[in-house]
Amino acid sequence: MHRPATWPRRPRNRKFQVTSMATAVLETGERETYLNREYGIKSWLLTVDHKRIALLYLMGITFFFFIGGFFALLIRLELLTPAGDLVQADTYNKLFTMHGQVMVFFFLIPAVPAVLGNFLIPIMIGAKDLAFPRINLLSWYLYIIGGILMVYTILAGGVDTGWTFYTPLSTEFLKTNVTTAALAVFVSGFSSILTGLNFIVTTHRMRAPGMTWNRLPLFVWAHYATSIIQVLGTPVVAIAIVLVALERLFHLGIFNPTLGGDPLLFQHLFWFYSHPAVYIMILPGMGIISEIVCCFSRKRVFGYKAMAIALLGIAVVGFLVWAHHMFVAGISLYAALIFSFLSYFVAVPSAIKVFNWTSTMYKGSISYQTPMLYAFGFIGLFTMGGLTGLFLACLGVDVHVTDTYFVVAHFHYIMVGGMVMAYLGGMHFWWPKISGRLYPEGWGRLAALLVFVGFNLTFFPQFILGYMGMPRRYWDYSHSPEFQILNVLSTAGATILAVGYLLPMIYFLWSMRYGKPAPDNPWNAAGLEWTIPSPPTTFNFEEQPVVTWEAYNYDELDQRREEVPVAH
Amino acid sequence: MHTSPPATVEGEAHENPALLHHFATEEQQKNAASLGMWLFLITEIMFFGGMFCAYLVYRYAYFGDFAAASSSLDLKLGTINTIVLIGSSLTVAMAIRCAQVGKQKAIVGYLVLTIILGVAFLGIKAIEYKQKFDEHHVPGLANFHLEGHVPRHADVPVNQNHAQIYFSLYFAMTGMHALHMIIGVGLFAYLTYKAYKGRYGPGYYTPLENGGLYWHFVDIVWIYLFPLLYLIDRHP
Repeated sequence: MHRPATWPRRPRNRKFQVTSMATAVLETGERETYLNREYGIKSWLLTVDHKRIALLYLMGITFFFFIGGFFALLIRLELLTPAGDLVQADTYNKLFTMHGQVMVFFFLIPAVPAVLGNFLIPIMIGAKDLAFPRINLLSWYLYIIGGILMVYTILAGGVDTGWTFYTPLSTEFLKTNVTTAALAVFVSGFSSILTGLNFIVTTHRMRAPGMTWNRLPLFVWAHYATSIIQVLGTPVVAIAIVLVALERLFHLGIFNPTLGGDPLLFQHLFWFYSHPAVYIMILPGMGIISEIVCCFSRKRVFGYKAMAIALLGIAVVGFLVWAHHMFVAGISLYAALIFSFLSYFVAVPSAIKVFNWTSTMYKGSISYQTPMLYAFGFIGLFTMGGLTGLFLACLGVDVHVTDTYFVVAHFHYIMVGGMVMAYLGGMHFWWPKISGRLYPEGWGRLAALLVFVGFNLTFFPQFILGYMGMPRRYWDYSHSPEFQILNVLSTAGATILAVGYLLPMIYFLWSMRYGKPAPDNPWNAAGLEWTIPSPPTTFNFEEQPVVTWEAYNYDELDQRREEVPVAH
Repeated sequence: MHTSPPATVEGEAHENPALLHHFATEEQQKNAASLGMWLFLITEIMFFGGMFCAYLVYRYAYFGDFAAASSSLDLKLGTINTIVLIGSSLTVAMAIRCAQVGKQKAIVGYLVLTIILGVAFLGIKAIEYKQKFDEHHVPGLANFHLEGHVPRHADVPVNQNHAQIYFSLYFAMTGMHALHMIIGVGLFAYLTYKAYKGRYGPGYYTPLENGGLYWHFVDIVWIYLFPLLYLIDRHP
């Protein structure tokens, strides 16, 4: 690694605490881990171990990811031709509604916090478990109950409100399963609230000696900021959805304009949560990217404090921008001006993050393992998604592209290009720790490449489509067949994307049996999670770790390992 | 018990069986539990906040109709209920105090008293609901009708749709509040059982304290609900 002579050196006495690993050995001769300590379905369904609960979530989340993806594929197939020939209009409405609801509420929101956050936060701060292990299990059960309600909704004929449940469409006019879908979202919302609450208390109260706030990995900071949004925002959408259900069941008029109600009130309540919810989806991804970029650049993150403050800044300012979803809904022009300004403002902390990742890589010793490929993808695609978000924050442009494919492309660049990329990057980065096995690196890189290419081919044409004026949520565009070529490109990209998503699932499963056993620290990464065995024991640490080093002390780490050559 | 030094070695016998394995000290566990409870109460504020927001919007838009509808509520029962509820907050506080000073039997007594007051509140609320049902003031039903006119405007009859919105919010807010009361009564039944078993004393009363926080919160919600729903533009 190229190191300028002027870099300050850290004092040599800051060493890693080496934990003694007098681990228990099972009768079979294997080392005891959280995976093999107990067997049987009961040991999983009644577990309070945060690592096992993370794996339970992983199963649910993977299931819903493929359900939601299946609907997406049907949508893309329908749009392959201008005529509405594969499905009817009503079916199409159900497809994009259920795609949205499944992906948002049952994949994107829980994915990173509930799987990687659950697994890693206690280990990263040197704790044995989350503060409330039983509440953690309860939130998984709530997620599953919500999930069962969602599956019931799908099997009972689906729902076609759009993922936003806008009134009075949802309360007055639709005969589909709106109530069960609302209940599904309501119940899974409580799962999200409890997870956030658990993370906040854990971060405050469970840190190991020496693990000060300034030494927390940014992954933990990101989840802390996310949890604030979950705790403050989710209850509001919960009550809004309860009111929708009550209005539907008892024919009330709270949001019904013919009865004196105000549909805009529902939109305000809904977006008060659902805009911050996009930060619930992206902030944990930003945490993952910070870990990966530092590790594969062998450098401390650039501007640690700015990065942490930016995470909190996004969480706070993100609460004040919701009405930019309602610019054309008839809100006051002055309100729109303020929300437009605030929406620009939230781009500042987001930009700080992108600049600082780039600066972290600058003059770093970069290697191109799979997680880093996903991180590159994230930074590029998130930037695209963020910049097009500025187009939409601008009132004039927003009027032009509202409810077109431009909006669809924009938020998919953030949600799929950003969040799913980060999720996959994180899964690859920590898979050796989670499973104790290495995934096949070559296949990993291939899949990362396929996802990147497939993603851009799917969604870039949608920017152009939207700007040309193709509205979202239309199943038939035979009045303007010139849109077909871009739609064909998009559908072709979606096919590649599907392969890119299936591959990791296959080789992760494969590696659980046939993968090479993972060393404790395959990436020579910093962080407490890499000082314990792979996979960890049930209580994570044999002895209480004492932290005496800063986060991302890669220069120190590499200095200590200078004699040991590292294969990149 | 609460003065015992921090346990440093895992597996060491702890004096307090309530100390869970993943906490190092009792103090850490207590602090975690109270922070968790406060955060939970913040989520509750946001939950009720959505309805208060809706209330404000419509009260501002349809003030006269809201005032007329508000006057149809039974002020006497509402006042009695407010007193009952504040009284139950006092008994909870007394129960916690008894735990702190180690009066084991008094804890149970005060908790039972709290449950009685809570059930009394729910009973009076049920009578009020019954009245509204008999008076055809339940929104969404075909027979909904609110007699009368807007206060101080004898020529302006009450707008039935706007009155229905008032009663929708009335039932949603007091109903959600009553649901919290029912959960609270269940919670206190459990705490009473544990207190009866001698579980709480000066060394350990975190569940009592958290139960008390929850109950006080439900109480405070009512203290806002009462004037907002019962006392709009009322004149003797």
